[in-house]
Amino acid sequence: MTDSSWQLWWDYGLWFAAIVGWSVLTLVALLLIIAFLLLMDRKVWAAVQMRRGPNVVGIFGLLQSFADLLKFAFKEPVIPAGANKGVFLLAPIATATFALAAWAVIPVNENSWGKWVISDLNVGVLYLLALSSLAVYGIIMGGWASNSKYPFMGSLRSAAQMVSYEVSIGFVIVTVILCVGSLNLTDIVNAQKTGVGTHAGLPASALDWYWLALLPMFVIFFVSALAETNRPPFDLVEAESELVAGFMVEYSSTPYLLFMLGEYVSIVTMCALATILFLGGWLPPVDVAPFNWVPGIFWFLAKSVFVFFLFAMAKAIVPRYRYDQLMRLGWKVFLPLSLVMVVLVAAILQYTRVA
Amino acid sequence: MALTAGFFYLFATLSVASAVMVIMARNPVHAVLFLILAFFNAAGLFILLSAEFLAMLLIIVYVGAVAVLFLFVVMMLDVDFAELKAGFIKNAPIGLIVGGIVLAELVLLFVGRGFGVGVTQQLGAPIAALGKEASNTQQLGLVLYTKYVFFFEVAGLVLLVAMIGAIVLTLQHKANVRRQSIAAQVARTPATGMEIVKVPPGGAVIPVAAKSAPDEVRS
Repeated sequence: MTDSSWQLWWDYGLWFAAIVGWSVLTLVALLLIIAFLLLMDRKVWAAVQMRRGPNVVGIFGLLQSFADLLKFAFKEPVIPAGANKGVFLLAPIATATFALAAWAVIPVNENSWGKWVISDLNVGVLYLLALSSLAVYGIIMGGWASNSKYPFMGSLRSAAQMVSYEVSIGFVIVTVILCVGSLNLTDIVNAQKTGVGTHAGLPASALDWYWLALLPMFVIFFVSALAETNRPPFDLVEAESELVAGFMVEYSSTPYLLFMLGEYVSIVTMCALATILFLGGWLPPVDVAPFNWVPGIFWFLAKSVFVFFLFAMAKAIVPRYRYDQLMRLGWKVFLPLSLVMVVLVAAILQYTRVA
Repeated sequence: MALTAGFFYLFATLSVASAVMVIMARNPVHAVLFLILAFFNAAGLFILLSAEFLAMLLIIVYVGAVAVLFLFVVMMLDVDFAELKAGFIKNAPIGLIVGGIVLAELVLLFVGRGFGVGVTQQLGAPIAALGKEASNTQQLGLVLYTKYVFFFEVAGLVLLVAMIGAIVLTLQHKANVRRQSIAAQVARTPATGMEIVKVPPGGAVIPVAAKSAPDEVRS
């Protein structure tokens, strides 16, 4: 081999090692955070219902999620005799993989070291949209492969529900993209450094972020994200009063764990996406001395956890929707509203943008 | 370059293999799943051509929406394999003729022009005006909404007509089926929604209230 080809292998090797290192770091951090968010979800739910929630394993129940993990991992996976074995096992793996793959493009910070993201894709938003639309496959495949009535009904519901709400999420994202002029997630955050507040003469603050300028879209995004991730009040896919546990009825042990993991990862992805699109990502709430000393990743995590808290509160205080109401909300309320907003935002931008 | 070539052969092989499996798979649901795998690999090939916008659209539109509906329908079919095979033998000649014509056309096309001739010259055409820096989303938008705007609008109209046709075929209001009116339900007040009847002890007069109730709901 010549020197230059050694150099080539060395470069590829370094690049490959860096990518793998970043990915492993992101995954480990993400899974650890999710273990505690799961506990937080249950604690919030318990607090609303004036219960204590998990408090036995570890102090304040902090190790509850790890105990659950061990329980799932050591139980026997049961595969029904009539199930389509390959697809039955493929479904949870697909759910977890698609959910985790989304984190390849989510930027968590930007400072003098550069962008804190595995892949700074210039169509990052579309990648996230694509992966969230793929989440439906895990559910459909799981429901069909179980060869049982309730899982199948759950998966049919989910197919219609997720395809419907994707449309409104798509339009919400289009309005944000129109304001930014880029599909790159880092650009979307950086575009929120100036906005309503700075145009009014105030210093850069939380008022510049798109939650204020695009307030109706933020609400639509939040509700659609609940529906897209099958969270209560839109968890008709696993409505226990009607379908026992929906598409997960026949799953046990590790496959079930993978389904739950995929679900929570996609919820956290949606929280991060809401943070990036509407809450200014890693930008501090007020760009003055004590706040802008704090590393950006802290603000990013704090905002994401805040959105997750809203998700948890929605689960705790809102009763489950009926299926026809869910479809009506998606197609007859959100779709026309977001479509009108796309036209309106585009028109405003066209007439106010300095040429 | 070696890496790109490696990925090209990976995606190309997998997409051809999964396309073959689409027609070879015995179970129709498996066939649709292989179709989805073929879409994925096609998206991978688009990324290698640095057309990442098209790749993402392929996944969002075809895999995320169209194939879901395919799967939706195929899963609900109760397919009888014996019947399917009988049909196969009967229809095989027609299928062979159609397949043969398509194959002959493709062969003639490629024998006449060769693989990929002209592609390399066309690849950078829209970029030239913007310089190499413009993202391919921007390039696509600039040609789609200027040079090809007529085709774009016509395609939209064709889809609209197809959609209206599907709705007209399926939407029918039967006179004997009661429908739900959300607006009427929301507009109900205690005054219109319920009736308080003074019942004297021992003399229940329920039939009047029971008879009027369904009409209230319908309005």
